[in-house]
Amino acid sequence: MSKLHVSTTVNGDAVEFLCDPRETLLDCLRDKLNLTGAKEGCGTGDCGACSVTVDGRLVCSCLMLGVEADGKDIATVEGMADGEELHPLQQKFIEYAALQCGICTPGVLVAAKALLEKNPDPTEEEARYWLAGNLCRCTGYDKIIRAVMDTAADMREAS
Amino acid sequence: MDYHSPASFTEASALAASATGITRFLAGGTDVLVQLRSDMVTPDLLIDIKKIDGVSAITRTPEGGWTLGVAVTGAEMSEHGALGRDWPGIVEAMDLIGSTQVQGRATLVGNLCNGSPAADSVPAMIAAEVTVTVTGADGERVVLVEDIPTGPGRTSLAKGEVISAVNIPPRGLHGGDAYLRFIPRTEMDIAVVGCGVSLRLEGDTVTEARVSLGAVAPTVLLVEDCANAIIGTKLDDAALEALALAASAACNPIDDKRGTIAFRTEVAGVLAKRAAKIAYGRAKGDQQ
Repeated sequence: MSKLHVSTTVNGDAVEFLCDPRETLLDCLRDKLNLTGAKEGCGTGDCGACSVTVDGRLVCSCLMLGVEADGKDIATVEGMADGEELHPLQQKFIEYAALQCGICTPGVLVAAKALLEKNPDPTEEEARYWLAGNLCRCTGYDKIIRAVMDTAADMREAS
Repeated sequence: MDYHSPASFTEASALAASATGITRFLAGGTDVLVQLRSDMVTPDLLIDIKKIDGVSAITRTPEGGWTLGVAVTGAEMSEHGALGRDWPGIVEAMDLIGSTQVQGRATLVGNLCNGSPAADSVPAMIAAEVTVTVTGADGERVVLVEDIPTGPGRTSLAKGEVISAVNIPPRGLHGGDAYLRFIPRTEMDIAVVGCGVSLRLEGDTVTEARVSLGAVAPTVLLVEDCANAIIGTKLDDAALEALALAASAACNPIDDKRGTIAFRTEVAGVLAKRAAKIAYGRAKGDQQ
């Protein structure tokens, strides 16, 4: 079958690509749009390394086809910083050293941002459950959670 | 693989009916894509039903029940409010499935049609006497959820048939439902045993009940003996014991890495008692 034409919005920019219907949104982001922030960890929706938002909803981009992105509004980790200005979560992850190898980090950041947009004042338990679909084999999660909780506190103060 | 996104269920049904090879309907895709990517099932035809009007709607019926579109996600159900006040068991069962990311995509109908006996939302739907509307070449028919799965990965849907809506009955007065599952941790796992209970009270006495068990047989079970054990009682200790015995007696599980036959059989009784108590409390007006 010939490739399908997809028009979508990624991090605010209108983009178009051609894709095979079997290709996932993750494949399309990485291989066609050169947005390699989202990572393929498991490819089965278990690890969360490929987390992006679609119309504001947090999803695994490996569990969605590229063709399903047509007409949607996609946000990836590449859209988090404002030019050189890091998002408060990104800044805090550096301060807290909330990463080691960094493979899970783009997915964790996208997921944590989605959490704070939905709930600016999460309990630690809520944050841990929200991020349960983002696996990290380096940090033991504690630094990640502390960075998210502290960012939430800062952002509440700033607003 | 051909990909189509038809504008109506009639068109979706016709596409499937005339297809050769393997056809899959795509709603949330959290099972279909995993199977596709792992080469377990490579469809020749993929029919995306999310572009059909109304598939993302949660609508109150004139009778006081609910109609859910087939692409309504777990996250949308959890965020709804009124649906969860009517049927907390169904909403909580769906919410137990997977991560936040999976909740953003996964659907009740996908969970049902994947045909897993461990599907969390299915015992809750069966307990609640939920039906699905099935669209085929001859029009629509309404089918009880318990009549859809026929074995692991298999359903009673014929070629060319597609589920086009989920129909949840009116909760009515003095009713409550609950779903519990056992997993070795609190998140991100597949049910070792699941149990859904829905009941109605008159005063303190149970007048109607439906009890459903998951992951203890090739399909999710509706267990009449469990319902009979508590109907006419005030859910006293004797009734709860009889309920647990009936639940364990209904089990026909497998041994696997998640649990042994003996463990699943025992836990089915324990969960039935606990879920019945929560449903009873909700029917009495508890907020829990």
